Amino acid sequence: MGSVIERITRGHWWTFSGGIHPPEQKFLTTDKPIRNLPIPAILTLPLKQHIGQMGQLIVNIGDKVLKGQPLTRSQHPMAVPIHAPTSGIITAIENSPIAHPSGLSEPCLFIKPDGEDKWQNRTICADYKQLNSQEIITKIANAGIAGMGGAGFPTHIKVNVQTKINYLIINAAECEPYITADDLLIREHCSEVVDGIKILTTLLKPQHVLIAIEDNKPEAIKSLKQTTADISNFHVCVLPTKYPTGGEKQLIKILTGQEVSKGSLPSALGIVMQNVATCFAIADAVINDTPLIRRVVTVTGSALEKPQNVWALLGTPIHHLLTHCGYQAQEKPHLIMGGPMMGFSLPNSDIGITKISNCILAPSASEIPNENKEVDCIRCGQCADVCPSQLLPQELQWFAKAKDQQQLQKYDLFDCIECGACAYVCPSQIPLVHYYRIAKAEIRQQQVQDLKAEKAKTRFEARKIRLEKEKIKREEKHKKAAEARKAAMNSNTSEAKDAKSAVTAALARAKAKKANQDGTAQNSNAQQTVLTESNLENNTTSSPSEITPLNDKKAQIAAAIARAKTKKEKEKEKSLVQNIVKKDQKVLNKNKVDEQNNDTKNDALNDKKSQVAAAIARAKAKKQQKKQTEETKQKQVLLPEQQTEQNINISTTQSEQLKQQEDVKNKNLSVNNKAMVEKNVINNTVLNETIKSEATAQTHIEPKILSKAEKIKAAVAKAKAKKAQSEKTEATNILNKTDNKQEVRTLEVDIADKNDKKKRIAAAVAKAKAKKALQPTTIISPQTKESS
Amino acid sequence: MNILIAILILGSMCLLFGALLGYAAVKFKVDSDPIVDQLDALLPQTQCGQCGYPGCKPYAEAVANGEAINKCAPGGEDTIKKIADLMGVEVQPLDGSHEQDNTPKVAFIIEEDCIGCTKCIQACPVDAIIGAAKQMHTIITDECTGCDLCVAPCPVDCIKMIPIKTTTHNWQWDLHSIPINVLDNVIENTNMVKDQEGLTTSEVNS
Repeated sequence: MGSVIERITRGHWWTFSGGIHPPEQKFLTTDKPIRNLPIPAILTLPLKQHIGQMGQLIVNIGDKVLKGQPLTRSQHPMAVPIHAPTSGIITAIENSPIAHPSGLSEPCLFIKPDGEDKWQNRTICADYKQLNSQEIITKIANAGIAGMGGAGFPTHIKVNVQTKINYLIINAAECEPYITADDLLIREHCSEVVDGIKILTTLLKPQHVLIAIEDNKPEAIKSLKQTTADISNFHVCVLPTKYPTGGEKQLIKILTGQEVSKGSLPSALGIVMQNVATCFAIADAVINDTPLIRRVVTVTGSALEKPQNVWALLGTPIHHLLTHCGYQAQEKPHLIMGGPMMGFSLPNSDIGITKISNCILAPSASEIPNENKEVDCIRCGQCADVCPSQLLPQELQWFAKAKDQQQLQKYDLFDCIECGACAYVCPSQIPLVHYYRIAKAEIRQQQVQDLKAEKAKTRFEARKIRLEKEKIKREEKHKKAAEARKAAMNSNTSEAKDAKSAVTAALARAKAKKANQDGTAQNSNAQQTVLTESNLENNTTSSPSEITPLNDKKAQIAAAIARAKTKKEKEKEKSLVQNIVKKDQKVLNKNKVDEQNNDTKNDALNDKKSQVAAAIARAKAKKQQKKQTEETKQKQVLLPEQQTEQNINISTTQSEQLKQQEDVKNKNLSVNNKAMVEKNVINNTVLNETIKSEATAQTHIEPKILSKAEKIKAAVAKAKAKKAQSEKTEATNILNKTDNKQEVRTLEVDIADKNDKKKRIAAAVAKAKAKKALQPTTIISPQTKESS
Repeated sequence: MNILIAILILGSMCLLFGALLGYAAVKFKVDSDPIVDQLDALLPQTQCGQCGYPGCKPYAEAVANGEAINKCAPGGEDTIKKIADLMGVEVQPLDGSHEQDNTPKVAFIIEEDCIGCTKCIQACPVDAIIGAAKQMHTIITDECTGCDLCVAPCPVDCIKMIPIKTTTHNWQWDLHSIPINVLDNVIENTNMVKDQEGLTTSEVNS
C-alpha cells in the first residue's frame, strides 16, 4: 500500500488497457455557472428512480405536500424513498413513460407546484461528528440518496460495509465528453462536497481517500486541493484524460493497479467508490436535513442556444430544461439522456429528471448522426484494441448475432461495461453496444426462466410425491376397511356362521320358491287343458257309439238309467271334485264345479228332467264343441260336420255325463298311468317339433283358404297338431297330477332327503321337458281356436 | 504341454478381467440415464403436457428413447435446437400440431366468477393455485408456468391466460419498436413555456 500512495503522491498512475479520446465538448457548458430554473408547471416523479425496489406510497391524490416531504416509505433495504421537490398538490398517480431506454411506463407521481416552494420543518445538524454511524446511515437512507453517477445503487447500503476499507475513492473523473455537472458542482460547492466526503470517512474509516479527477478540470482540481490541503489522508489524484477513466473498475485499476475480479465487488479489495454528486447529497442530507430533491444536470448539445448546467428539481420535464436552454427545432430531433457514449435516446420530452440523470444532450444532426449506417464487420480489430475490459468485441458481436448465449458467456459478455468505445471506433459503424445490451437482456431473461423452470420442476416433483403419498394413504385406508370387514366376519364365529347359514338358507329358499312357481305354473296350465282334452277324448270315443242307438228306445232307457247312475255318481263326484279342487288349488275349474253342483241341485229338485242343467251344460259344452267338432272332423274325416253337431246336440245330456266321466277318467289315468308319464314325455318332445312346424305351416296356409284340398290338408295338420297337443297336455296333466296328488310329498321328501337321486333327476327332467313342451302348445292353442 | 499352459493363462486372464468388469459394473453403476437428466434440464419445465407426456421429465425420457424432438411448444425453436445439439440429430421445425404462440403467459382467475370448485387446483402441475372448496381461488403469479392446464377444467370459464407484461425488468432492448418522435412534442412544449414566461422567439434567438 505504501507503494500505491507513493506513486500517487508522485503522480504516477497505472493504466487500463484500451480507452479512447473522443473530442472534448465540455467547453459548451464549463464556463457557465449552475443556473437555477423556475419551478416547472408540473413535476413527474417516477416512484422508482434507482436500482432496487419501489418504495411504499404514503400520499394520495389531492394531498398537499411540502417541499422535502417524503412521498414513499422504504421498508425494504433496497427501497429508497422519494420526496416532494417543491410544495404543491399531487394531481395524479399513474403509469407514465420513465427515463429508461425502453420508454416503458412505470408508476409516476404528478405534483402540481403551488409556487410557494414551502419547506417542511428541517432540523439542521450543527455537528455531524456527534452522530454515530447508524444515525448517519439512517439519515442517508431517509434522504433517499442513491448513487448519482449513473447506476443508482442505494447509498446507505454501499456505505454500510463491515469489511476494512483501505481506499475511499471519490469519482470526479467525469470522462464523458459533454458532461460538466460534477466539475461545476465541485467548483461551486467544494466545501459541501468535502463535508460529504468527511461524513463518509466517519462511516467507512478508510485509510486513504483518493479523489480522482481528470486533468481537464483545472478549476475543480484547484478548489479541491485548497479545501483538502489540511487533511493528511485526502489525495487529489489528477488523472490524464482518457475515456472511460470514470468506470469503476478502470478507476480502481488506474489508482491502485488492482483489478476487481469477475463477479466480485470492489469492497472485496477494501475499496469503496462514491460519486462527487453523491457526496454533496450526503452532506446536504446529514447537515441540512435536505433530502435528495434536486441535482445538477448538464443540458448541452449543438441544438441548444444556451447550453448550461442547471439545478433541476427531480421530476422536471425535459422539455422545461430544453426550453430554458434555448432549444432549436431540429429536422430529426434526437434527445439523449446521459452522455453521448453511454446515454440512451429518449422517447419523448415529457419524461422527468431522475436521481441518475446527469446530462441531457440535444445534439444537432451533424453532431451525432442518428442514422443506422451499419455495414458488415471487416475484422479490423480496432474494437479489441480500445476495449477497457480487454474483451473481444468483434467475437462477441458474432455470438450476439447468432444468439449463442453459451459462447457469449464464455467470452465474458457480462464484463462489458457498455462504455461504447468499440462502437465509437468501429469503421463499419456497427452499434456493438446495442447488440451486447440485447444479448445481456436475453441471457438475464434466460437465467430468470431457468430459475423459474427449476422452481417449477421442484414444485412439480413435490406435487407428484404428495399425490403418490395420498394415493398410498387412500389405498391403505381402503385395505384397512376391507380387513376390518373381513375380521368382523371371521372373528365373531357365531355371528359369522349365522350370517353364512342365513345366506345359504336364503339361497335355498329362493331356489325352492322358484321350483314351486314353476310347478304351479305348470299345474295351472296343465289343469286348464286337462278338462277340455279329457272331454274331447271322451266325446270322440263316445260319439260314434252314440250315433247308432239314437233311435232305440232301449238305448234311451239305458240312457235314462245311465243318467240316474250319473246322478248318483255326480253326488259322489261332487265331493270328490271339490276335494280335487281344493287339493289342486284350482280356481279355473271352480266355476265349472259350481255349475255342476247347480246341475245336481236342479236335478235333485226336478228329479226327472235335467233340461235346465242340460241347457247350462250345453252352453258350457259349446265351448268344447268348437274343439270337439274339430276333433270329430279330424278323427272321422268322412263324417259331415252337421252330423257331428247333431250328435253333439243330441248327446248334450250325455256330454254332462261325459264330463264327469272325464274327471273320473282323468283320475284313473293319473293314478294308473304313472308309467305312461315317461312315455308321453318322450313323445311330447318328439311331437313338439312336428307341432311347431305344422302349426307354422297352418298359420301360413289358413288365411289363404285356397281350395278344399288345402283346407282338408290344413284340417289334417290341425288335427295332428291337436292330437299332439292333447297327448302332450295329457302327459303334462298326468305328470302334474301325479306331482300334485301323489308325488308332491314324495318329491319334496326326495328333495329334502336327497336320497333318491335318480327319481329326482328324472322328475326334474320330466318337469323341464313338460315345461318346454307346454310353451309351444300355449302358443298354438289360440291359433287352433281361431281356425275352428 | 504348451497348449495347456496357454489355455490356463488365457483362462485365468478371462476370469480376472471378468471379475474386474463385474466389480466395475457394480462399483461405477450409473443410477439414471444421464442423457435424460440433460434433456430434462433443457426443457422449460412448464409441465404443460402439450407434448403428450405427463410432464417434462417423461418427455425427456421419451426423447432419449427416440421420440421426436420437436414437440415442446413452450420451449419453441430454442429448445429444439438445444435438444438437437445434445442428441446429435437434425433440427426440426416445431411440430405443426403443437404450434402455438409461446409468448410467456400467466393464468389469471376472474375472482368474482370463481365458484370454488377446486378443479383448477387439481389440474395445476406446480401447485400455483391457492383456494379451497367453495372458497375463491387465485393464482400465485410467480409460480405459474403458464401451462394452460387449468383453463379447460374450469366449469365457469373464469380463468384467462394473460401475456406477461414487458417491464423495465424483462425488457429486451427492442429499440426498433419505440417510435422516436420528439419533434412536435418538444416544439409545442417549448413554445408553451416561452409563452408562459413572456419570452418572444426573437429574444430567445438573440
